[in-house]
Amino acid sequence: MNTRQETSVAAPRRAVMVQIDGDEVKVPEGSTILDACTAHGTAVPTLCYGETIDPVNACRLCVVEVENNRVLVPSCSRKVEPGMVVKTDTARTRHSRKMVLELLGSSVDLSTAPRVGEWMQQYGADPTRYGVGATVAQPVKIDNELYVRDYAKCILCYKCVDACGTEWQNTFAIAVSGRGFDVRISTEFDVELPESACVYCGNCIAVCPTGALMFTTEYDMRSAGTWDESVQQQTDTVCPYCGVGCNLTLHTQDNTIVKVTSPFDRSLTSGNLCIKGRFGFQHVQSRGDTVR
Amino acid sequence: MVGLATVFGAGGGTSSYREIEDTDVIVLWGSNARVAHPIFFHHVLTGIRKGAKLFVVDPRRTESARWADRWLGLHVGSDIALAHAIGREIIAAGLHNRAFVEGSTTGFDDYRAAVEPWTLEHAEAVTGVPADAIRELAHAFALADRAQMCWTLGITEHHNGVDNVLSLINLNLLCGHVGRYAAGINPLRGQNNVQGGGDMGAIPNKLPGFQDILDDAARHKFDTAWNCTIPAHHGWHLTQMFEAMERNELRALYVIGENPAQSEADSGHAIHILEGLEHMVVQDIFMTRTAQLADVVLPATAAWCETEGTVTNSERRVQRIRKALDPPGDARDDAAIIIDLAHRLGHPEWSYPDAESIWNELRSLSPMHTGMSYQRLADLGGIQWPCPSNDTLEPSYLHGRLWAEDPADRGRRAPFSPVPWAGPVDQITAEFPIRLTTGRRLDSYNTGVQTGAIASPMRQGETLDLNPDDAMRLGIDDGDMVRITSRRGSIEAPARFDAHLRPGLAFMTFHFPDEIDVNVLTIEANDPKSGTAEFKASAIRVDKIMSRVPSPVAGT
Repeated sequence: MNTRQETSVAAPRRAVMVQIDGDEVKVPEGSTILDACTAHGTAVPTLCYGETIDPVNACRLCVVEVENNRVLVPSCSRKVEPGMVVKTDTARTRHSRKMVLELLGSSVDLSTAPRVGEWMQQYGADPTRYGVGATVAQPVKIDNELYVRDYAKCILCYKCVDACGTEWQNTFAIAVSGRGFDVRISTEFDVELPESACVYCGNCIAVCPTGALMFTTEYDMRSAGTWDESVQQQTDTVCPYCGVGCNLTLHTQDNTIVKVTSPFDRSLTSGNLCIKGRFGFQHVQSRGDTVR
Repeated sequence: MVGLATVFGAGGGTSSYREIEDTDVIVLWGSNARVAHPIFFHHVLTGIRKGAKLFVVDPRRTESARWADRWLGLHVGSDIALAHAIGREIIAAGLHNRAFVEGSTTGFDDYRAAVEPWTLEHAEAVTGVPADAIRELAHAFALADRAQMCWTLGITEHHNGVDNVLSLINLNLLCGHVGRYAAGINPLRGQNNVQGGGDMGAIPNKLPGFQDILDDAARHKFDTAWNCTIPAHHGWHLTQMFEAMERNELRALYVIGENPAQSEADSGHAIHILEGLEHMVVQDIFMTRTAQLADVVLPATAAWCETEGTVTNSERRVQRIRKALDPPGDARDDAAIIIDLAHRLGHPEWSYPDAESIWNELRSLSPMHTGMSYQRLADLGGIQWPCPSNDTLEPSYLHGRLWAEDPADRGRRAPFSPVPWAGPVDQITAEFPIRLTTGRRLDSYNTGVQTGAIASPMRQGETLDLNPDDAMRLGIDDGDMVRITSRRGSIEAPARFDAHLRPGLAFMTFHFPDEIDVNVLTIEANDPKSGTAEFKASAIRVDKIMSRVPSPVAGT
């Protein structure tokens, strides 16, 4: 379902009744099961799901049981049907999610993926059963001053590729290369970013679910042990540059902007920005007497 | 803004960004939105993916043009000739919307007479655009159910910028591409609140909410609310102010958040004029070049992250800005500084506890903002004007009235503008044989005051971009240092080959004035109606100074 917020009147859509964990829920036609769960207030864990990206069905973390369906279905992509009976928390879904978390956790570094630690506990996942982090361990790519790529944390959800490509940015600086265990997200011929087609919009960072793509500011603060989300504030404002008026969310810590995002639910940006909106905040932080 | 206000009575783009996703034909005229308005271009890309045809009209084959079905590479400043030829072709082919033209516009006969000389052949000779490309755009635009005309500074930064805009609006009137969902006319604003500044009355002829300063009733409303008498005449726009400074008629200047010492055309002259002032106050977040010339500098907060308030974007959407950071040192809110000034000037009654109370005063005086409470702006993610009601929203497009069934409901009909074509003021001659145009790059912004701090791997510094054939004819190689001379001044810069420039055309930005001050070259030829200077068309000569110095190879 397109969740983008509108202030103008959209065409009406038929409502569909579905059952989520025993409760009747009414959602617009074309919604996904995940949308219905969200409307019902039922939390379903997701990793590869993106509010503004077409579902890729890569991680299988969001699987639910649908009555009369032989296999578990990914709730992020499966559309609701009238009378559908959905169960989000059963022995089968819990077992499946536990396996997914263990397999992912044993092959990639999920230490900066929001909420994953919490889900590990919830589902009793123990990735060490399979050995930890060995599969795709690789050096961090630091080849520019704006953002860092740590593919040891990449779960190959392809959201960054989609955001850079046809879904939003249409720059096509990155793609999936290699096969099997060697699959990587890569620039053309694996060149460093400054030699690639990258335009530093950071729209890949915005959709990355694990922190594999990260602002240099965040990376440096994490390395120094000063990154502390519990004291950070988020403030919604408007980009200071051109006349498009993109919505910015400024993440601040100790009176310093440490990261910039844009809300996914605004139709103006759908979470996307350009280099100026994403990284053009340093000028308010040069607090010396520099003459400009 | 002047052009749209002249025709429709409201100086704002008529459509919303979302509508461009649902249109059939998009014309980007003098706009490199891919680079200058990247997130607007996302909406264009969505439109293209949904089947819209894109035409890009630009002297340069820009990054935007590379997405176009057709690129129309016209000579700088020949826009009106091209627009008139498109109009003539639409009329000649019988493709104009007769019902709309008859029922909702005026002046069609004069317009038809004005465009009559602009045959495809004549236009090809003047604009350099092949006749078949002009015909293709004309037919596609006229046959489209919905079409969007969008432009930027490539249209307005000319000595006849307002006439340029009017010539484009003519085409939309001709085909009825206005006042309907996804059909409209949209200038893309260059700054995050250039629309809002005008809406708030920071233009010489309007009170807040586009209420005319010559309208007695409107003035009386403000006189009563503010307990003052607003002079019943137009003020000066920026260029007229500079002219008045030159005449020594305007002797004190209060500059807020502008850097005219570097952003004005013919900047050497502009600095000379500013130095001649008796008193200049500059209020800015930086010690700009202009601030260095000031008698008093008032350090201000960065509006977008250190204050509360609103800004208005190119789709007329008013959105709230919020304070995320405590400002440094003695920097204060613009509003707080202005209120203090008012107190010292003998107006202690100026009292506003917060930004919202200022906004609410505006809402009480400007009907098009009345329904925009701070709460509603937050809840709805911004609201587009007009919004007279506290309960409902207007359609996302303007001027639906022009399509009203009953002619009485259509209001003032939209007039055609039979504008004359006149080429750039700065003539191409044997002495100055190359046309220089200016624009922006993706990672930089205006005079670079804010973007200089972005550690952009793409930044290449200022260059003179030349067509490779032109360059080789002049004996210039990629990377050579060249001297660039116009009738006003001379600067040095490295040359850079750009095959996307047509022969005879050169390009520079104006992002790095401290190193290379491009506005030394540009011409102070201003549009008499808007006061915008002809940044887009200078005549230059290019001479090689020295060959590129090869960078030393490591280890040798």
